This record gives sequence, structure tokens and C-alpha cells, in this order.
Amino acid sequence: MNRETSPFRTPSTGASPTPKHASLTASTNLRYSLTRKSIYDRHLNRTKTSELSKSAFAFLFGEMVQHAQKKVYGVQDLEKKLNQHGYAVGQRFLELLLWRDGRTAKRETRILGILQFISHSLYRAIFQKAADTLEKVRENEDEYMISDNDPLVNAYVSVPKEMSQLNCGAFIAGIIEAVLDGHCFPAKVTAHTAPSELWPGRTVFLIKFEPDVLEREALRVGG
Amino acid sequence: MVMVIMAIQLTGINRVVYAVLILNKAGGLIYQRDFNPGLQKLSSNDYLILAGTFHGQVSLASAARAQVHAITSQISPTNETTSSGLEVLESENFVMRCFQTLTGTKFLVFAEPRQPNLDVVVRRVYELYADYVMKNPFYQIEMPIRSEGFDRHLAAYIKPHQ
Repeated sequence: MNRETSPFRTPSTGASPTPKHASLTASTNLRYSLTRKSIYDRHLNRTKTSELSKSAFAFLFGEMVQHAQKKVYGVQDLEKKLNQHGYAVGQRFLELLLWRDGRTAKRETRILGILQFISHSLYRAIFQKAADTLEKVRENEDEYMISDNDPLVNAYVSVPKEMSQLNCGAFIAGIIEAVLDGHCFPAKVTAHTAPSELWPGRTVFLIKFEPDVLEREALRVGG
Repeated sequence: MVMVIMAIQLTGINRVVYAVLILNKAGGLIYQRDFNPGLQKLSSNDYLILAGTFHGQVSLASAARAQVHAITSQISPTNETTSSGLEVLESENFVMRCFQTLTGTKFLVFAEPRQPNLDVVVRRVYELYADYVMKNPFYQIEMPIRSEGFDRHLAAYIKPHQ
């Protein structure tokens, strides 16, 4: 059998990239490297050097918000749209995250477990920091809160006064919702601005679980 | 020019940066903020006229159009296409520094006469503008700046130095 001599393909390097290969792609980052490998040809497990520019993200996110704004009739509608965008990201990201964990990946079956997974592992994987607090809402059995003092998506966003209800963190809420759904904890997640003196952009993600999630949790505690 | 001086006449104690103004490409005033309560106030209409006057003079200098920025670049003894127009205006009571970006947006900073490194201050204001105005999805380009994040960070940058 003839060996393929296309200049566009290099022989498969196996599961982990060799150091030489890694330094080559790291220096050229997202563009095509000398070996003509795009981001899709790279190994999925590269987390160290895969940081992106915050500005580039801010512009992309800004465009997304502007685009979403064109087709909506109000703040709630806009938040729903952003939530949907986030949901699509979350679905994919959960898959990637669990795949990266390999054999140590675990399917969370308890409410507390999944919430900790979100506020630590997921948050760290996306934003390189854990969420700031994870609390339970005292009045309601089915509600939990995750707070972020300075959400990355809101870093450069200043919401105009006439839309004061809006929080673009709805995008992150969508990601959280997708991850919860992916673990079979159907819930509704919303983002709310809750400024404190030190953190004017503090955002709280309110997680409201469906009744059957609590029912199942009660059964497990009972058993 | 008289108006510029009027705007800056001081009644209070010496402080470092008095005011920041931002002009859009067309010379319209899109941002104005005082950092010293002792400054004499102008009406918002006067500010608009002031901005327009200044813009005209600056851009005559740089692009051959019609008033302070414009005039200064036209009277420049060197080749007029290379002149960037008025950059510094000094008086007994204040110094004004103008920074024009490549896209034509102008940043004016008014400060105390002996204030050093004003160009650094102007560039930092430009940086904040690039971050908290241009990256804000709710900002419409060339329109007046109403961005809470910009206000906050600008104050945080200028106030502690005073």
C-alpha cells in the first residue's frame, strides 16, 4: 500500500502530542500552523495553552448580544435568547469536560454534588476560577444560588438604565442549565444582578429545580 | 479660546485633573465630566459649542476642514498633511492636552499647569474608552457615552490621584 504523501497531513501522533508538536501549535495558536493543522486537528485535552483573548471574547459576546437584541420584544425575551445560546455551549462543554476527566469522570447523582461540580470544576474550566459562593435559598426548598462577584461576560457590559432588569449573565445561566439537564437535574436557571459595595457587577444565578428532582433526592436520602 | 479659559477658571484648591472631554469624529461632544467641584459650570449647549469650535480648529490643522484644531493644523509652518493639529494648550491656570486617535476621536484632558505626564493620563483614558465603551454591546458608535462601567473606572483612575 502506498504511503500517503500529502503535505497537508502528518502521520498521527497518537493520544498525546509530542513536546515538539505542542510548542509548534502553541506559538501559532489558533491560526494554521506550519503543519497545516487547524484547531480541529488538535488534541481535545489541551487545556494549559488554550487560553483566549479576553478582548476577542468581549467583542464576540458583544456582537452576540447585539444580534440577539434585533429579534426580541423586551428584556425577558432577550435573556431567554442569551440563555438559549448559553445552553448550546453548555451541552457541548459538559461533554468535553467529562471526556477530559477520562476514567475519573463521575456522574453526579446528588443535588449537592452537581452544584459543587458546577461551581468548582465547570466554573474553573471556563473562567479559570471557582464561583464565589454556593448557597441554598432558605425560604424555598427547591432553590439554590451560585454567585459570581465579577462575571467575565459582564466585564465590559454596561446595561442602559431603561433595561436595568437585564443581566447578560443569562448566557452563563444557560450553560449551567444545560449542565444540570445533562446530569438529569432539570432546572430553570436565571441570572440576577445583586451588587455589593465592593463588587458592583456581582451576579447571582438562581437555580430552581423541577419538583421530581427533589422527589428523587428525598427517596435517596430515605433509602 | 475665551470659552475654553472660562470653563477652566478655578475657584477651588489646586487639584490635578479638572475635566475630561471626548469628541467624536464629527466634532460632537460625546462625553464630558468634571472632576473638581470648584470649576465654573457651563451650560450643556456651551459645551457642545466649545467642542465644535475646538474640533474645527484641530482638524483644519490635520485635514484642512474649519475652526481651533483645524486652524492650528493649517497654520502649521510644516507640510499641513503631516500636522496632527493642536496637542497642548497652556495657560496660567490650566493646561489642556488633546489626543487624537487614528480614527479621529479626540480626548481632551484639562489639568493643573504643572501636572506632569499628561500624555500618560490621556492614553489611559483612551484605553478605558476602548474597553468600557467600545466593547459595550449597548453603545452606539459616535453617540453620547452613557456607560456606567466607563464612569466608574474613569473615576477610579482619576480620583485617587487627586
